[in-house]
Amino acid sequence: MRKYIINSIFMLSIMAVIFSCQNQETVDLQNYMSNGKDIYKSRCQNCHGENGEGLGELAPPLTDSVFLKTNKSRLACIIKNGINEPLIVHGKEYKEKMPAFPELADIDVAQVMVYITNSFGNNQGFVPYKQVSTQLQNCK
Amino acid sequence: MNKIISLIAICLLFVTILSSCQQEKKLPFYGERHTETIKDSSGADKIDTVYQTIPNWSFLNQDSVVTTNRATDGKVYIADFFFTSCTTICPTMHRNLMTVYNQFKTNPDVMFVSHTIDFKYDRPYVLKKYAQKLGVDGAKWQFLYGSKDSVYTLAEKNYLVAVGEDSTAKDGYIHQGYLVLIDKDRRIRGAYDGTKKDQVEQLKKDIPVLLAEYKK
Ligand code: HEC
Repeated sequence: MRKYIINSIFMLSIMAVIFSCQNQETVDLQNYMSNGKDIYKSRCQNCHGENGEGLGELAPPLTDSVFLKTNKSRLACIIKNGINEPLIVHGKEYKEKMPAFPELADIDVAQVMVYITNSFGNNQGFVPYKQVSTQLQNCK
Repeated sequence: MNKIISLIAICLLFVTILSSCQQEKKLPFYGERHTETIKDSSGADKIDTVYQTIPNWSFLNQDSVVTTNRATDGKVYIADFFFTSCTTICPTMHRNLMTVYNQFKTNPDVMFVSHTIDFKYDRPYVLKKYAQKLGVDGAKWQFLYGSKDSVYTLAEKNYLVAVGEDSTAKDGYIHQGYLVLIDKDRRIRGAYDGTKKDQVEQLKKDIPVLLAEYKK
């Protein structure tokens, strides 16, 4: 009986290790998503909308997966430094100005970026903080 | 026994309070008030409460046309204070106000009035571009430009909305995001936080209540 218990505990811990290893990225993704959502709500939702629908012609929607994919490497810079150049989103031209968010740390930028690229019908997966940090150092 | 009686009494009290609420569904009055003695139709003295009203005003609208209180006289309207380069509460306020606008678009008794508090930058043509990009067309929603003095005084003294310049604020101005509901007699009948969805929903329910007061 004792042997049986020890055996099952052993098995369980091995399973736990495997499980957590396999899912480190999933866990990170979940973390980023939940923190990113909070940041989105407090800083971005006013302009881009609860469901990323945008606001008239004043702010573009965040639902154009093709735009987000094509601009993947500069999204972090857009979020941190704002942007003020004509953009084509969903085939419509936007000529407005998005403010900078200098108060966002690199990790915040990474989290909100992962959130928007995996919400509103987008599904671009995880981007680790280190990669975002490098992108932010090379903003034009 | 005593307990039962008092319980029944309390229940009755609740029922009367509830039913009286339902019967007289009337919106409150905001601001200062005073009483005046007036003569009624039979010549007898009568005491009447006089409420704070919005004074006459005159501003330029988004088409650069001089617009006065005559545009809103005899109508129920919703007023707010904003500026076009505001990156914080204004987009949310106007996103929410848009839903009110869309609901009452075809009602000739309802109007919308947005005052810019950015007297430096928000000239009428800037307001026009903003309105168009928001999705507003026509005279039902007026975007008004005026001098700092006239707009700020109107906001704080008459609509009871705090506004101001503040160099430490992100966009250089601070203001409250109230949507103020004005009745056909220029009295303040409601103030709703335009950044809160539930309060904006309440506004949508209160507009018909206010309109109904005039149907009798
Ligand atoms: C004050 C309104 C405002 C706020 C707040 C704001 N944005 Fe934007 N955003 C804009 C505008 C306007 C543009 C388009 C700029 C242009 O035309 O050059 C834009 C463009 C973008 C784009 C690229 C175009 C697109 O639709 O995919 C992304 C991504 C983006 N914003 C993400 C964010 C994130 C994330 C936040 C929060 C940290 C945020 N924005 C906060 C107004 C805003």
